[in-house]
Amino acid sequence: MTKPLVSVQDLTIRFRTDEGLVTAVEDVAFDIAPGEVLGLVGESGSGKSVTAKALMRLNAGNTRYDPASRIVLNLPEGEVDVLGLKRERDMMVVRGGAISMIFQEPMASFAPAITVGEQMVEQLLIHTSLTRAAARDLSIEMLARVGIPEPARRFGQYAFEFSGGMRQRAMIAMALSTRPRLLIADEPTTALDVTIQAQVLDLMKDLVREFGMAILFITHDLGVIAQTADRVAVMYLGRIVEKGPVRQVIRAPAHPYTLGLLNALPRLDDLDAELTPVPGDIPSPLERPHGCVFHTRCPVAIARCREEVPPNSVQPGGRQVACHLVAAEAPAEAVG
Amino acid sequence: MTPPVIDARDLSVRYTIGHGLLTPKVHLNAVDGVSLRIERGNFFGLVGESGSGKTTLGRALLRAAPISGGEVIYQDSEVRYDLRSLAKPQLKDYRKRAQLIFQDPYAALSPRMTVRDIIAEPLEVMGLTASREETDARVREIAAKCRLNLEHLRRFPHAFSGGQRQRISIARALVSGPRFVVADESVAALDVSIQADVLNLLKAIQRDMGISFLFISHDLSVVAHVCDHVAVMYLGRLVESAPTRALFSRPRHPYTSALLSAIPSLDPDDRGSAEKLEGEIPSPTAPPPGCKFHTRCRFARERCRVEVPALREIGPEHVTACHFAEEFDFTRAHGPAHAGAAGG
Repeated sequence: MTKPLVSVQDLTIRFRTDEGLVTAVEDVAFDIAPGEVLGLVGESGSGKSVTAKALMRLNAGNTRYDPASRIVLNLPEGEVDVLGLKRERDMMVVRGGAISMIFQEPMASFAPAITVGEQMVEQLLIHTSLTRAAARDLSIEMLARVGIPEPARRFGQYAFEFSGGMRQRAMIAMALSTRPRLLIADEPTTALDVTIQAQVLDLMKDLVREFGMAILFITHDLGVIAQTADRVAVMYLGRIVEKGPVRQVIRAPAHPYTLGLLNALPRLDDLDAELTPVPGDIPSPLERPHGCVFHTRCPVAIARCREEVPPNSVQPGGRQVACHLVAAEAPAEAVG
Repeated sequence: MTPPVIDARDLSVRYTIGHGLLTPKVHLNAVDGVSLRIERGNFFGLVGESGSGKTTLGRALLRAAPISGGEVIYQDSEVRYDLRSLAKPQLKDYRKRAQLIFQDPYAALSPRMTVRDIIAEPLEVMGLTASREETDARVREIAAKCRLNLEHLRRFPHAFSGGQRQRISIARALVSGPRFVVADESVAALDVSIQADVLNLLKAIQRDMGISFLFISHDLSVVAHVCDHVAVMYLGRLVESAPTRALFSRPRHPYTSALLSAIPSLDPDDRGSAEKLEGEIPSPTAPPPGCKFHTRCRFARERCRVEVPALREIGPEHVTACHFAEEFDFTRAHGPAHAGAAGG
């Protein structure tokens, strides 16, 4: 078996705030194989973005990683212990080198007063040994590759002259021009119209195949996950409650939270289905529930859930579920 | 038969860009000759991509965007207004009868006001209550309908989650007793689990209070679940309008069909079967001639490039603006992208 490209173990992230230490991510573990698309799903505040940013050490200065936390990148050049990196210069191996990231709002990722082309060239000069002329050629080629018409003209334009969909394409072009091993895509299509989203998702799938890179795909949209991911991890309040192959998790969710998310989703295959909200609100990170983090909203919680953190039980097919009830009994009933 | 709450005929909203001094004057038809009827008590959905004019249309129906052409009649059991020619006192009265719920529950609420004051403000501004006691009673009544308790009313918005904030916005919109409410992307900023809760609340309000809704959304699966009737806009024009079931089971306009097909299917084995719409929505300052959709339509023929298709009836309450609605089966080419999905 080949080594995973990324291996995250016991990742616990806390933020120092005026109100004390706030736990954003707790005991998170996952691997991403080379060329694999891992979907990370969860609501706002579930810690999915914080987890992703940790891979590039992009979290703010008040971030504390617990000593046991490990993020390891297995690159051809050797193993990189991401959380052990000390100097800014060393982090360049990761940032824009082995890993690139694209965001929900591409406007915020482009400097408004520098042309799109100039920014693409700049990062290539930093991360590769290309000459300026070669970097320019590669950038224009990448713009063409992501389906931007008249790439040479677009190269000289500013981000505000691009439409939302074009900006997202340009950002993908920029992120991929350095040939990263892993692309982190944080809600890359959330701000786009469905028709444009479909185009961008198609493009991303093509590029994965062509470049053989892995993707960590962060989204709240289970439909987008079903269309793109090989495996999926569901996060709630900083913990992964369920992870496994995308078919298994979406077709037959085992954790009550995953089931709740699917039942809340309006589905086009059953217009008469009631929309069932997950009861209650997500608790404040300052008041993390004891035991299972989901027990305050869980319709099937038992006394044990209030006290004990559920262990990960591994099921046939490779799915892992952190639920006392699943560990004790057969998997929860499927949705639908 | 009761007359519709909104009856718009050939409604246009046109903006002029540029002053014409150094740059040529450019006209932009944000809403271009739209006719629609919203029946009383209906949950009417309006969908389309960004730039399709759906928000502007919603605003025009609230008299919050200038109506440049056509006619809009508002009618409830008490009054009948021609929205283009409202005198000041009538407009004031209309503000009470027609309300808006915004998209972003974080931006819509003043952080310096308590929830009670936020909900009470419209009553005070419009002078709808005579005393503080009456105001309080009314606020409590509407808050209860939106599942906010007395404890909530004393707090400030920052103490609430997105879903609770949206319930506060809804309470504020309902406090003046409107008969017609425009909900513009009111669940777009919410997580799915909370979205379901707010949608259920809006449906309960429609049922219990008999309020008519114009529900503007880019999310077709949400619209499919809550709306009785759906209209689809493209570049300022209405391209199709039908009862929800008819629209989703058999769209009669290629744009509607493409929109449906673009929704990511929950079935991991149904990848890539969707029909992809090429390109992007053209600029509204330079709309294509003929059918505005022809530049992206894979069924387009010569006639589409020259002749603007009229909106015509094709089934019960079902209208479409496509020359070839009878000739092509728009859904056939891409298979059941919106049918098959997970399930146990």
